Amino acid sequence: MSLRRTPLHALHKELGGRLVPFAGWEMPVQFGGVVSEHLAVRRQAGLFDVSHMGELRVTGPDALPLLQRLTPNDVSRLVPGRAQYSALTTDSGGFVDDIVVYRRGEESFLVVTNAANTARDLAWIRERGGTAAECVEDLSDETALLALQGPRSQAILQTLTDLDLATIRYYRFAEGEVAGVPGTVARMGYTGEDGFEIMVPADRAEGLARRLLDAGSPEGLVSTGLGARDTLRLEAKMALHGNDIDEDHSVEEADLGWIVKPDKGDFIGRDVLVVQREHGVTRKLVGFELRDRGVPRHGYPIVVNGEPFGEVTSGGHAPFLKKSLGLAYLPADACEPGQAFEVVIRGRPVPAEVVPTPFYVRPGKKKKKKKKRAAAAAV
Amino acid sequence: MTPDDLYYSKEHEWLRLEGDGSATIGITDHAQQELGDIVYVELPDPGSALEADDVMGSVESVKAVSEIFSPVAGTVTAVNDALEDAPEVVNSDPYGDGWLIRLRLEDPGSVAGTMLSAGDYDTHVASEAD
Repeated sequence: MSLRRTPLHALHKELGGRLVPFAGWEMPVQFGGVVSEHLAVRRQAGLFDVSHMGELRVTGPDALPLLQRLTPNDVSRLVPGRAQYSALTTDSGGFVDDIVVYRRGEESFLVVTNAANTARDLAWIRERGGTAAECVEDLSDETALLALQGPRSQAILQTLTDLDLATIRYYRFAEGEVAGVPGTVARMGYTGEDGFEIMVPADRAEGLARRLLDAGSPEGLVSTGLGARDTLRLEAKMALHGNDIDEDHSVEEADLGWIVKPDKGDFIGRDVLVVQREHGVTRKLVGFELRDRGVPRHGYPIVVNGEPFGEVTSGGHAPFLKKSLGLAYLPADACEPGQAFEVVIRGRPVPAEVVPTPFYVRPGKKKKKKKKRAAAAAV
Repeated sequence: MTPDDLYYSKEHEWLRLEGDGSATIGITDHAQQELGDIVYVELPDPGSALEADDVMGSVESVKAVSEIFSPVAGTVTAVNDALEDAPEVVNSDPYGDGWLIRLRLEDPGSVAGTMLSAGDYDTHVASEAD
């Protein structure tokens, strides 16, 4: 099967991107190098092509009830101009995919999906949505998505648009022109930094990317690839579908219970998720840090006293924090920070311990306090 | 440019004969480019005996881990400890300060017959790219 290409493919080649197969697409894994790109996003800004992600338009009177049925978050609480992180859940509360739902109008929504899952998501929606799924339209081929991420993002983008970016708060969006290209500008991202995701018609994407890079280069903006996207999201403890979340791990187990709103009414997987919330889960996704040298990677075994304990779902060397970090599902009674275990790296057990997450919180943003932990400390 | 005073393996290691029966070994510029930013280098203990094609260590970049094979047989006499704190030197100076280990060779005379010249190595790299 030949690899699919985004509208920025020619630009990536021109800019020296190293193109690799990813989820059926030919995508740039790096331009100047993963570490320098990662640091540019933490300190200035980076521009990612994420046009491989899927975009589904959901419109009409069936749209809201359909999305309420398919996702655990409460879509009715979205007012037009806001978006929410959510999931397509299985009957057992696992992830068909993790998604972002935008509400554009009373009966108009947009769902952004992972590239590798778009076709399966559509099949799932049609299977589980029945005739209501006729209101879902796949816009992925005609839509490009650019992610401008990093502390200089707003200053760079503001030079190219009349939209007042300061008024677009986190997980909100506005529709308007950027560099003369009509599109949707949302404040969100997958890096742990401030930034925007900009959705535009595919045939206008290359022109927009060039204008962004021109406007941003004096501010330190660089082209960034999927390699840095992965290390950035890991530092921010953002889950990657296929690694950290999948059909076999529930939303509650993935420590994403905040997207589950059981009071909104029934949805696929609700029964399981409600029981898990009330009675607890047997395993949970936690962050850990290696206490000795080495790099933990996806699939490496985790042991305690030589006994199997779990496995690494994501791991790597964190370029900004300069630590070896990872995520893993551990037994629920062994998830507190300080819990010690070993990661087996090519036969060698390396000490590690659970640490609070996210590993990285950008300056000026407060860590969310976990209610449960605060309550326990008060006792 | 691939230095022509070194020998090469198909697994992208280089070897320099030091004239005293020992050799210095590292990874090639092509290898470091393919790996990307190197963040961790694992090397054998001095004194270890290696056979040809034994795994002698590993080099990890942000993207992947790659095992390093000893191209020849010998005993490890030194390892580049400076890489512990500065693994990125393998990227910036693969044929110089980014060297990995020094071996006392079991059979220094066999190197020329078993390893590639710079020209043959370049041909090998080009064929891998096809």
